[in-house]
Amino acid sequence: MTTISTTVMDSTVSDNTEDLGTLAPRVGPVEGLRQTFSLSWRTLVQIKHNPAELIDFSIQPVMFLLLFTYVFGGAIGGSPHAYLMFALPGIIVQNSLFTTLNTATGLSTDLEKGFFDRLRSLPIARFAPLSGRILADLAKQVWAILLLLGIGFILGFRIGTIPNPPLGVIAASGLVLVATLALSWVMVLVSMLAASPEKVQIFGFVVVFPLTFTSDAFVRTASMPGWLQAWSKANPVSLLSDAMRGLMVAGPAAKPVAESLLYAAAFTIVFAPLAVRAFRRRV
Amino acid sequence: MTYSIVTEGLVKRFDQTRALDGIDLLVRTGSVFGLLGPNGAGKTTAVRILATLVRPDGGHATVCGHDVVSHAHQVRQLTGLTGQYASVDETLTGLENLMLIGRLTGQSRPAARSRARDLLASFRLTDAADRAVKTYSGGMRRRLDLAASLVSRPRVLYLDEPTTGLDPRSRNEMWDVVRGLTATGVTVLLTTQYLEEADLLASEIAVIDHGTVIATGTPTELKARTGALTLAVRPASPADVPAVLAVVAGFTRTEPEVRNTTVTVPVSGEDVMPAVVRRLDDIGVTVAELTLRGSSLDEVFLSLTGHRTEELEGSAA
Repeated sequence: MTTISTTVMDSTVSDNTEDLGTLAPRVGPVEGLRQTFSLSWRTLVQIKHNPAELIDFSIQPVMFLLLFTYVFGGAIGGSPHAYLMFALPGIIVQNSLFTTLNTATGLSTDLEKGFFDRLRSLPIARFAPLSGRILADLAKQVWAILLLLGIGFILGFRIGTIPNPPLGVIAASGLVLVATLALSWVMVLVSMLAASPEKVQIFGFVVVFPLTFTSDAFVRTASMPGWLQAWSKANPVSLLSDAMRGLMVAGPAAKPVAESLLYAAAFTIVFAPLAVRAFRRRV
Repeated sequence: MTYSIVTEGLVKRFDQTRALDGIDLLVRTGSVFGLLGPNGAGKTTAVRILATLVRPDGGHATVCGHDVVSHAHQVRQLTGLTGQYASVDETLTGLENLMLIGRLTGQSRPAARSRARDLLASFRLTDAADRAVKTYSGGMRRRLDLAASLVSRPRVLYLDEPTTGLDPRSRNEMWDVVRGLTATGVTVLLTTQYLEEADLLASEIAVIDHGTVIATGTPTELKARTGALTLAVRPASPADVPAVLAVVAGFTRTEPEVRNTTVTVPVSGEDVMPAVVRRLDDIGVTVAELTLRGSSLDEVFLSLTGHRTEELEGSAA
């Protein structure tokens, strides 16, 4: 054992004597970006080893789509197809919001297991553990959106926005990604404050779940009691769902898109500094 | 003489408690320095400050001449950290973990791969290279942690309680690995709760308690000061306990301790034993039990501080 270790460390002394004069004073932006990609790779490789995760962000959205379309569709929307046209944008929004919880549980797990400390002891950009996680989760988002649109298309969903359907889809997907990116700051904050991944799950269930369901993502608000309608109209999930419908199906787009972007900006302005502060304090 | 790690008056507070209360350390380049102390003495806090994970509230520390606060990035380029809190990703394989660290520290993909393979081979993890870390045994896991801290060829290595919780066989393996490292010129700061471990691996030891250094020196110096061996004498008749106490006290500067009818005292050399036997024989005391064994950390503490380690105080109360 002793001899083998020596071979591995052989170059240590000579290497370091050369290095000593040339220590980098800080991490360059290109390196920071490269480290972000490396850490994203790490988050995505986890999927390979943990098939349950694949279920989480592939099978679950499809299951939701099928259940809503065929179980509730007829009752809520008159027919499964009519409901699909209404609900698919909402289901994409709902799925994206739930997916951002992965950002929080993932960060929280890294903190708890000590992987974060390992990363922090390395000469890498301080933001890389955060940006790497967020980038990987955005990649999962894109995958889930494509999956939902693809299955939706097979089930009969058609883009109603003439004259340019592809542009509508791209704009809608982009809007969801911008919104979830803004929400990611909340998730970073939650993961830094919560003591364990389990607590993050509770947050998801207590906050994200009701927030999503008290919107018009799945149903029109007309049948809700007055106070709930008032809330639902202000609920960012409703605005985002409306914007998605405007971009992909029918209805006004400009106003809900603008409002969604305003919400995203507000979330970022409020929560990004808080999250970064909590992040710095925790790490 | 050059020092790789220098700390002066390091202070760290957590709420009301002072985890570190003015720590001064000088760690010689290329040596293994042992930081010995019980749970909660401040060992881990000291290492976390030196690894730039925690900022000190007072005092300062440099690693290879770079301040750990103002030049943290330089320090990170020179150091490797192995501790129970600085872990690897359990869902990834051993190879993936080491490659990730290689990539993060600027190695090209082929370089990261070959470095990872080399390290896995030298830590006898080649067969487990493509298995998820969560399937590893405790000893394998600890070896991978150590390998992870060596990926970027650090000049200074922190080993925070590298063998705590390991079975004796894995502990011996780990000791071999650490000894192998020192042959390469890397400076090692080792924290441990085990006197034996510090004695075996370190060329210099600082004993810390309640966030302060209470003794420093080479293992030999410390043993001479504190009594590396413990002599225990149990007379056949309880009535002889005072006589035994008197005899034993003549051979050491430390006050002997009596538990039930056994008298124990730290002694500095094996030659004490026959002398004690002779004296007891002279005064006609029949001995039921007589042992000489290596002192525990607790006994070293007792002789240095006059109090037992917190843990044992707690369990005794």
